[in-house]
Amino acid sequence: MAGMVEKRGAGYWMTHLGLIIGLLFIFFPIWLAFVASTVSQPEIVKPPMPLLPGDQFFENYRKALFSGINAPVALMMLNSMVMALGIAFGKIVISLLSAFAIVYFKFPGRRLFFWLIFLTLMLPVEVRIVPTYQVVANFGMLNSYSGLILPLIASATATFLFRQFFMTVPDELAEAARVDGARPMQFFWDILLPMSRTNIAALFVILFIYGWNQYLWPLLITTDPSMNTIVMGIKQMFPSGDDIADWPVIMATSILAMIPPVIVVISMQKLFIRGLVDSEK
Amino acid sequence: MATVSLNGIKKTFGKTDVIHGIDVEIEDGEFIVIVGPSGCGKSTLLRMVAGLETVTEGEIRIAGARVNDREPMDRDIAMVFQNYALYPHMSVFDNMAYGLKIAGTPKAEIAERVNEAATLLQLSDYLHRRPRELSGGQRQRVAMGRAIVRKPSVFLFDEPLSNLDAKLRVQMRLEIKQLQRRLGVTSLYVTHDQVEAMTLADRMIVMNGGRADQIGAPLEVYANPQTEFVAGFIGSPPMNFLPSDIEADAPDGARTLGVRPEHLRIASSGTPATVVYSEALGAETLVHVSLPQGGQATVRQDATMPLPAEGTAVHLEWNATDRFFFDADGRRN
Repeated sequence: MAGMVEKRGAGYWMTHLGLIIGLLFIFFPIWLAFVASTVSQPEIVKPPMPLLPGDQFFENYRKALFSGINAPVALMMLNSMVMALGIAFGKIVISLLSAFAIVYFKFPGRRLFFWLIFLTLMLPVEVRIVPTYQVVANFGMLNSYSGLILPLIASATATFLFRQFFMTVPDELAEAARVDGARPMQFFWDILLPMSRTNIAALFVILFIYGWNQYLWPLLITTDPSMNTIVMGIKQMFPSGDDIADWPVIMATSILAMIPPVIVVISMQKLFIRGLVDSEK
Repeated sequence: MATVSLNGIKKTFGKTDVIHGIDVEIEDGEFIVIVGPSGCGKSTLLRMVAGLETVTEGEIRIAGARVNDREPMDRDIAMVFQNYALYPHMSVFDNMAYGLKIAGTPKAEIAERVNEAATLLQLSDYLHRRPRELSGGQRQRVAMGRAIVRKPSVFLFDEPLSNLDAKLRVQMRLEIKQLQRRLGVTSLYVTHDQVEAMTLADRMIVMNGGRADQIGAPLEVYANPQTEFVAGFIGSPPMNFLPSDIEADAPDGARTLGVRPEHLRIASSGTPATVVYSEALGAETLVHVSLPQGGQATVRQDATMPLPAEGTAVHLEWNATDRFFFDADGRRN
């Protein structure tokens, strides 16, 4: 009996040890980035690299946030925030409405439209980037929020997810609402939307991070540094030619770039997991 | 309160005919049960009255007005669904109030009507709970409450008790009947359970393959079934069907002879049969016998009668007045 407990105890500690090592392994580069953002430029370039934070924390972060290299990071964060929120909300609204149409209304070409939406799953932004650029440029949306947001809003994944969820909602619920006198949009607002709230929360987290981490698209359509987003902005901070890279500021920017997604994930964790695990019916 | 009349109702899904023409006049305050096996079109018929299915042919009138092209909400009906269809994110109160809110009823009146219905259904203590925090019977009551608060002229029930366990079903059956009596609202009730149909109905519509085989008061239908299907469907255990040539005086064209189990007696002379097995149910005993002509029959006898052993050769007899003859099409002759 005692042997069994001991054995189980060993497995328990081994599992934890493994997890702790894995965690350290993943955390180490982030730690290095943080350390690099708190020391001065000469300290970074002089080997060995420091492993403990220095005393330049406020100086580096102030410099990054308010002057930056090409544009102040505060401005880039604002741009990223607008873009990520715009994409997340836009995608959720569009997908909710299209899934609602596809599931609850009979119209000619319903299946065709569904499959057309589904097909776009196979065409990520990168594949259709040239024609999309052409369209956005012709609409004069280069260097604008609408140019950053609109082309990324149409979402097959979210539409598909909501469609699957709506199909699990019993038909009788829609019929009961009809007997109660609800018009289609009243049913959507009063019943379908509140029932989807955990799914919406889960999608919001995923889509916010998707929008926040957009790299190629902002890189392509924002030439004005004041429209740069933070993720692509980091790359823009690397010097061209023989200039010296200002590593502490770049690293401070990297750390700043991680904060909003982390806040979103942590604050919505409970809803997020519930949205992925159970559908409340 | 209103009358409901169905005139020549037909329904086709694509090329499949589901309902072949139903005519019935339902009086004000009447409790009508539509009963039949699954797939006979009974739910479709109810859903057409509700306005959830379009009417292919024929006319539905509620309180004299043609409602074929009206939305469910404009028909002055309320419906109770099989799985209750309660809104999961709303409290019991909001579930019952939703229809009134949409109709723009003043808040004070909504509260009054919901509380009234809740008292009637013993739900007053549960008004702030969510449906998932309620038992099956309570959910069933909420679904009925949602129908009651709207004060409709017609109640439609679509197998409302089939998700409950047997004991609760009997209790709720009684409650539905009492409620309907008290409110006096014309009701249409769909079920596949012939006991529910017998106990609830003022009149019942026995449906078979998209046709109304018989419409009438339960005891009238039981005592005088018009078709072989109705004779076999209403009554438990079902009527025994024997080849009609067992009787010398069978009318011309008769193919089947029907006798109810309670009208068969085990006697010393008559039609010979062999006992297959007996089920003693306490108050009564069901004796299953096989006939030399082929086929089986069930005799329902009092528990005080002697219990015949399996394999015993016995004789069956019945009164000439208790016989039903059916022709090859299953019609009475």
